[in-house]
Amino acid sequence: MSTATHKLLKGATGDWEMVIGMEIHAQVTSNSKLFSGASTAFGGEANSHASLVDAAMPGMLPVINEECVRQAVRTGLGLNAQINLRSVFDRKNYFYPDSPQGYQISQYKSPIVGEGEVVVELDGRKTATIGIERLHLEQDAGKLLHDQSPTMSYVDLNRCGVALMEIVSKPDIRDAEQAKAYVTKLRSILRYLGTCDGDMEKGSLRADVNVSVRKPGAPLGTRCEIKNMNSINFIGQAIEYEARRQIEILEDGGAIDQETRLYDPNKGETRSMRSKEEAHDYRYFPDPDLLPLEFSQAFVDELKAELPELPDQKKARFVADFGLSAYDASVLVAERESAVFYETVLNTLGNRARDGKMAANWVINELFGRLNKEGGNITGSPVGAEQLAAIIDLIGEGTISGKIAKDLFEIVWQEGGDPRALVESRGMKQVTDLSAIEKVVDDIIAANPDKAAQVKDKPQSLGWFVGQVMKASGGKANPQSVNELLKSKLGV
Amino acid sequence: MTDLTSLTLAEARKGLAAKTFTSLELIDAHLSAIEAARVLNAFVMETPDQARSMAREADAKIAKGDAGPLVGIPLGIKDLFATKGVRTTACSKILGNFVPTYESTVTSQLWRDGAVMLGKLNNDEFAMGSSNETSCFGPVGNPWRRDGSNTTLVPGGSSGGSASAVAALLCMGATATDTGGSIRQPAAFTATVGIKPTYGRCSRWGIVAFASSLDQAGPIARSVRDSAMLLRSMAGHDPKDTTSVDIPVPDYEAAIGKSVKGMKIGIPKEYRLDGMPAEIEKLWSEGAAWLKAAGAELVEVSLPHTKYALPAYYIVAPAEASSNLARYDGVRYGLREQGKNIIELYENTRAEGFGAEVKRRVMIGTYVLSAGYYDAYYLRAQKVRTLIKKDFEDCFANGVDAILTPATPSAAFGIGEKGGADPVEMYLNDIFTVTVNMAGLPGIAVPAGKDAQGLPLGLQLIGRPFDEETLFSLGEVIEQAAGRFTPARWW
Repeated sequence: MSTATHKLLKGATGDWEMVIGMEIHAQVTSNSKLFSGASTAFGGEANSHASLVDAAMPGMLPVINEECVRQAVRTGLGLNAQINLRSVFDRKNYFYPDSPQGYQISQYKSPIVGEGEVVVELDGRKTATIGIERLHLEQDAGKLLHDQSPTMSYVDLNRCGVALMEIVSKPDIRDAEQAKAYVTKLRSILRYLGTCDGDMEKGSLRADVNVSVRKPGAPLGTRCEIKNMNSINFIGQAIEYEARRQIEILEDGGAIDQETRLYDPNKGETRSMRSKEEAHDYRYFPDPDLLPLEFSQAFVDELKAELPELPDQKKARFVADFGLSAYDASVLVAERESAVFYETVLNTLGNRARDGKMAANWVINELFGRLNKEGGNITGSPVGAEQLAAIIDLIGEGTISGKIAKDLFEIVWQEGGDPRALVESRGMKQVTDLSAIEKVVDDIIAANPDKAAQVKDKPQSLGWFVGQVMKASGGKANPQSVNELLKSKLGV
Repeated sequence: MTDLTSLTLAEARKGLAAKTFTSLELIDAHLSAIEAARVLNAFVMETPDQARSMAREADAKIAKGDAGPLVGIPLGIKDLFATKGVRTTACSKILGNFVPTYESTVTSQLWRDGAVMLGKLNNDEFAMGSSNETSCFGPVGNPWRRDGSNTTLVPGGSSGGSASAVAALLCMGATATDTGGSIRQPAAFTATVGIKPTYGRCSRWGIVAFASSLDQAGPIARSVRDSAMLLRSMAGHDPKDTTSVDIPVPDYEAAIGKSVKGMKIGIPKEYRLDGMPAEIEKLWSEGAAWLKAAGAELVEVSLPHTKYALPAYYIVAPAEASSNLARYDGVRYGLREQGKNIIELYENTRAEGFGAEVKRRVMIGTYVLSAGYYDAYYLRAQKVRTLIKKDFEDCFANGVDAILTPATPSAAFGIGEKGGADPVEMYLNDIFTVTVNMAGLPGIAVPAGKDAQGLPLGLQLIGRPFDEETLFSLGEVIEQAAGRFTPARWW
């Protein structure tokens, strides 16, 4: 695997390099909110998950939810990041009806997690290391409902106060592919850790993308921030568009205005939301209702000891223990569910060491191939891990051939059932009984004397005989036995 | 029956236990007194029905013999405390007719111990003021008047309603809050006892916030013993307020009458202000002499950063307030003044709902937190605060048990007399008290004498963190020496 080279954009004046940094907002997986006991359940009648604290009633005070702290620390550990034993909650002051307090409780100067890094895979063959600047905890906002009345907007505070982790990258990302790979990898790590469900459609994971362009080696250009992206593909498209827009302006002799922009996926373009001058002065200051957040190294160590195996570690193990290629291993570990599926197959196999690699091929080529074709996903796979393991066992122990196995897979996919029982009941067992195969071989040699005579001069025509025997046996003959028998009978 | 109102809380407790009178009789006596004293404007909400029903419950408990330490005792509640089902406004128009569905931790502990609520007491709007003149319900009258004068004086603030009601015998004690002197200054202006406990002693949950890092609840009462009894019920750790401290609450009453012999009392030289009235100076010396006579040792101490306390306070407190008051936006509760869009709704609501002093402080606070000014103001003020705290720490580290100062630079003044042209004139009232909030320390104001015009003056004792007991012991020495002061009834 090699370190990535990144894509440059061609302009009229030469090549341009993109410089990209991201702020990812990941909703923390927890039962209750960051500073109140209200439920974080998605959906629910408007304001049914809003407490007195969430509604900012007079005299209400925030109390930190320790589970959210643990989740942030776990995430920090998963990002190989510095865990700060002391951090501070600040108030970010602004007026908006989705923020009842009139401020968001966030972490400004002293975040809970400091610098770390994420190694991302590009095409599965190259890698890039993206630095993490920080991770901090903050409150999510509520939601405005504009469709309930012709003259008024309504407020739903169910989401208000739910814990978010804002994960800020360093401006280390150099093109759209890296950006997409970064979000994909980050999402994967969060899901492995169980600290965020990564559901971008529900808004559990959203990204703000900072994009600037420069001539390679030149100082950083002025950046624009594209807000609130909730699709990995749109992130890629928005970056491409935005970079080209900036290059066009610069090449026309213009200057980039630092501003916040929104991506319109229908038009495939970004447009201005607010300029730097319109930016709020948030008047951050330490929240006097909350003491600094302090915990011990022992607390961190305990969480560290309980961390699950993360994708990079899992990948390394798959390569080392089962001889998987780095590419296959990274395909398997990219999604937590896929890795879990593969590992269930492994754990069910009769001979893991022998068939582990074959199992990877089956999961990736047969199962993923079929799922992609049908538009399904691994959690809803009609062929379960135990069933697939049984099919692989049957191949590994020589009961069925690879070809028959594909037929068997198809039957299990369509009809379900126990592969071993199906092999019995449908007579799919590979014929290893030499006397039975021998008769077929003899018949075919007898029926094709010309071809039999030619084999000595053209050994490659042996394959034709193998094919005929296999065909005649309905694919059940053991190809290796067939091969050996033919060779001895034909004197090759 | 009217003489029931002149009892101290401790005396009433005895009478109730001995069944000399019932709680209902005690409550009725106070309700009548409140009705007769409406000119003082101390109560902004009277709750006679609730009071009588609570009194009946108290009497039933007394009869059963399972009465709490404050059973049947009539109290007034500052309108900053959320009271379930009873309008709570912080005396601001912006809260309108807000009725909480919850009870503040401090008041719920008082009811747990059997106390009875007579109603809600007036205060400066959002506790911002030193004269109770900023209340949307209008000013409160001080039961004290200058000798031979009919001028109505302020009771101090922000807990002006609490101090006035306790001094005028309308309730046996009251809850109050203190951010920069709002318990101690009104206590000094009305010859009552007020203690601001250590920051973190009482839960702030359910108290309308002014400046979160400075706000602290405490009682105003008619004697040191009464204030000790009340504080014991009010104090205690609350998991709902993470700034409240989890250490046991001692039996404060046990500290009353404890010898102060050998205690080291600091007299801070920086509190001797230029142009301080001679009678304040005299009162201070007298207080020191009483403590000395009781066996305490007096030492001059230095609190070198004192002069920066007031300006730093008027940065920190408004900064926090500007953020704490952002929630009053007309969206969810309280006043709403419609507008063409959300920005106009905010502007109209807050323009109409907040009074001038609150607006001033919100603007100051917004300014000092703004980009480009934060370091010069807020950050610097926080540094000053650290230095002030260190001044006290150094002092206590040298073996000082408590510090004696005047409570206020003057006696009560007339309504409309101060701060009209220059708000700083009003802010100077808190010169001796704000340092205590900045350092998070306990402070008690005890009546100690009168000025030449017959108005009460108080002394302040400042203690080590969580050592309210020493303040009660010392406070009682002053109380014994100075005697009790009751205003002549004119209302």
